Amino acid sequence: MEFRQQPEVRMRGPLMDPRDPGLLFEDTSAGGNRHKPSGVGKGPDVCPGQALLSDPMSNLALVYGSSLASHGKEMMDKNLDRFIPISKLKYYFAVDTVYVSKKLGLLVFPYMHDNWEVNYQQDTPVAPRFDINAPDLYIPVMGFITYILVAGLALGTQNRFSPEILGIQASSALVWLIIEVLAVLLSLYLVAVNTDLTTIDLVAFSGYKYVGMFLGVLAGLLFGRTGYYLSLLWCCVSIFVFTIRTMRLKILSEAAAEGRLVRGAKNQLRMYLTMAIAAAQPVFMYWLTFHLVR
Amino acid sequence: MAFTLYALIQTAILLTNAIAVLHEERFLSKIGWGAEQSIGGFGDEPGIKAQLLNLIRSVRTVMRVPLIAVNAVCIVLLLLFG
Repeated sequence: MEFRQQPEVRMRGPLMDPRDPGLLFEDTSAGGNRHKPSGVGKGPDVCPGQALLSDPMSNLALVYGSSLASHGKEMMDKNLDRFIPISKLKYYFAVDTVYVSKKLGLLVFPYMHDNWEVNYQQDTPVAPRFDINAPDLYIPVMGFITYILVAGLALGTQNRFSPEILGIQASSALVWLIIEVLAVLLSLYLVAVNTDLTTIDLVAFSGYKYVGMFLGVLAGLLFGRTGYYLSLLWCCVSIFVFTIRTMRLKILSEAAAEGRLVRGAKNQLRMYLTMAIAAAQPVFMYWLTFHLVR
Repeated sequence: MAFTLYALIQTAILLTNAIAVLHEERFLSKIGWGAEQSIGGFGDEPGIKAQLLNLIRSVRTVMRVPLIAVNAVCIVLLLLFG
């Protein structure tokens, strides 16, 4: 699906878009939904423009088959929406190029950014297009795919490539991602933190490290082992700082997040949890890439 | 280092089985992890140990019956396909 910005309205920052804020994408569908006529008894009158099929029985069969297909598609859409919340997923892909470039810059160099809070609009977070601090799923998915491709490239230069290796790398990285998200969910439950982090948010935050990983492997391909270690060190520290600054606002209470040191066992435990989550990122980054660079 | 999704599913089934076989009165009460010992007051801080005990108890209650079905399917599949 494609979306385009209207050129005369370009609003960035906390000002809300004058169009309907609930609309994440412009509606570019051509004609909307059209119901196929389910007139089984109408015969050649509703033939969809094919003069070849003059036989009324095959016309009948064609119309009936198309009505069955559209009915099946509706039912599948309805049932799929119950398992995978498609509308919630759409929020995470509402990005544009400015957001992506700024966020990539933030992932590699998070030291100059001051305001890490997510803007809200009537209890729901603002779409990533309007707020750079909001999590999205576009960068993690693209980073994951790029990591797989770069891993294939790296293995190819060492003559260790075969098509199954790509699948093994992909499923291995995916399994580690699932394990990490489950571990974070479990520890958030045990510490009894009241936070509005959803599972998809955690997947997004855990997926940001793929950017650092493939940058490291690329540097390793171009400049050898020293390049790999240097760029991996830089990306690890950046992801560590980025994760701490993002998670601190979500997990810790408001007083501690503003920088004042609040004593108390509860906040200390939450601080340890944030540090542990952030420290796990460089570990995974090294673990998943060191066998690719020789 | 090649983890597959199948290995993850196997791990999940084995871990859930391990939690489900912990017996309430013969084992958990003996080491002080029984159900009645975790109900403190209605304070705002359940604490990690209480949360963990709660988690174990709920896993055992919820997953007993589905685990029977999942284990039966696993046994049949392993017998057929090795």
